[in-house]
Amino acid sequence: MTYFARRIGFFVLTLWGAVTLNFLIPRMSSGDPAQAILEQVAVKDGYVDPAQLEAVRAMLGVSDASLWSQYVDYLQNLAAGNFGVSYTYFPYTVTDVIGDALPWTIVLLGTTLVLSFVIGTLLGAWVAWRRNSGFDAIVTVGSSFLGTLPFFWLALLLIYVFAITLGWLPSSGGYSGAVEPGPSPEFFVDAWQHFLLPAAAIMITGPIGWMLGMRNNMVASLGEDFARFGRAKGLSARVLALNYGARVAILPNITGFALALGGLVGGTALVEQVFNYPGMGRLLLEAVSNKDFPLMQTIFLFSTVGVLVANLGADLLYGVLDPRARRKEAA
Amino acid sequence: MMTAATLDPTTRPVTVTRARALRAPQWFVILWRNKKARFGMILLAAFVLMAALAPWLAPYDPRYSGFETGLPPSAEHWFGTTGRGYDVASQAIWGARTSLLVGLVAGTVSTAIALAIGMTAGYLGGLTDEVLSFLTNLVLVVPTLPLMVVLAAYMPGGGGVWMVVLVIGITGWAGAARNKRAQILTLRNREYIQGARQAGDGIFHIIFREIAPNMTSLIVVGFIAAVGGAIGAEAGLAFIGIGDPDTISWGTMLYWANSDGALLTGGFARLVVPGLLLALLTTALTFINFGVDALSNPHLREQ
Repeated sequence: MTYFARRIGFFVLTLWGAVTLNFLIPRMSSGDPAQAILEQVAVKDGYVDPAQLEAVRAMLGVSDASLWSQYVDYLQNLAAGNFGVSYTYFPYTVTDVIGDALPWTIVLLGTTLVLSFVIGTLLGAWVAWRRNSGFDAIVTVGSSFLGTLPFFWLALLLIYVFAITLGWLPSSGGYSGAVEPGPSPEFFVDAWQHFLLPAAAIMITGPIGWMLGMRNNMVASLGEDFARFGRAKGLSARVLALNYGARVAILPNITGFALALGGLVGGTALVEQVFNYPGMGRLLLEAVSNKDFPLMQTIFLFSTVGVLVANLGADLLYGVLDPRARRKEAA
Repeated sequence: MMTAATLDPTTRPVTVTRARALRAPQWFVILWRNKKARFGMILLAAFVLMAALAPWLAPYDPRYSGFETGLPPSAEHWFGTTGRGYDVASQAIWGARTSLLVGLVAGTVSTAIALAIGMTAGYLGGLTDEVLSFLTNLVLVVPTLPLMVVLAAYMPGGGGVWMVVLVIGITGWAGAARNKRAQILTLRNREYIQGARQAGDGIFHIIFREIAPNMTSLIVVGFIAAVGGAIGAEAGLAFIGIGDPDTISWGTMLYWANSDGALLTGGFARLVVPGLLLALLTTALTFINFGVDALSNPHLREQ
């Protein structure tokens, strides 16, 4: 149990750290972003809900209160789910705007993440089994090169080839204006067509990290004494590869899952930007260019917390799968 | 293997200095023998030359915008001109300077932070370690691109290249710091470190003079990886319009290609050239790292 308690403790601490980081960053800047926002909102529209203004202040900081009382206000607002108004989408609250964008990103990121992990791990295991062959060299060197290609650049190329030159798929957006968003078959087909290219842009480089990781882990695990013993015992290649090699090698890949997620979130943001995909990443970049600080801070907080939760999930899964992890922490 | 150790032991003070002088070529020989590292070093040298000789290699001034806009590749304009009338080839050649500069400086900043935090945490242990490790793990899980974007948004004055360098440097150190801490944990209880401690050497002396030299290849691998990461991050940030869009870099080239519709008007070269250069430069660094790994791990050396 100690292992799980420690993981959950670490999660709570990092959650607090991320929330505090989100509090500190705007307050370290030299200007007064909250005041600027409030003035802009006041110019744009006469009436602003005082509670929302209070939330913007709590999010970004006002100069006259002490840092500590600001921090308490900020935490109270977070606990109440009050993140303030978006300046760009005024009078909508930040929560409304994010609520619209979140499902798009969850579907895009979730699907590509799981597929990347599965494909990368399987391919890595296969390459490790055929290690030191010509196939291994080609896959390893080739993917090292492919992995250096920037997400957003691949996205641009895909648009150029499949959307503009061939005209097979739409080049931007999450669905076309002609289709009403809702649970209708037309909408799903339309959204699927818009989904394919952004997903492909992520999937080209997505599996590579896990593939190389899995290959290295499995090459190592196949060289261990237990694998040698299994071979001496006359086990079939299949049992040796799957039960002796892959089963041990997959464990570090599970911890790598959460760490890679942080990078993938950034890559997805760029891909969304290129495809004008209506998700969180594009929203974040839009908020930055409009200096919509409340929206920007909240998206940052949401994405960090999302990664933290995924991290916790991976850690807990790791603890279930690997008895050694539990025992080590207990000792 | 030819090493300085075979020199005559009676002239010891001299051999020490000569040993140092001879050791430099030895790491180079090992790197050079590794085919991947050799390829990486040649490629990197080509990029360094391209950056250094940019004024002579580039056919035109990269900031001269008087050409006809959107020209296709031709003898005068190898990769055509941009939607704003710049010569693409000249910008691509000068762009190597920005990428290498940002990569080197931001890579140095993040490696320095990683060293300071990782080594202090690993060596001191106890509460310091707990606090620094917590900080490292926190930065490690925070998604980097959103963090960079948010930090850049608050930086005074919108910022140019140096703001981008700073943002990349202070966000990219966590993974390397964790590796260094792990490494130092295995080194700190070795006998020669104990000896130095008992001889009364200061903490900084022990960390930087006794431990650091034994981590050289780890530090170099981390540094090269940080340079590659910084080059990619610069391009990504420039592409979304963070930093000064008038900087000449591969990222800003892609930013402009995307925003002035190069995709629609058939400016294919404008799209392919900066992206491929980015990928090749990063590949060069990755391949050098294969060789540096082989320096510290003889099993990886190719025959």
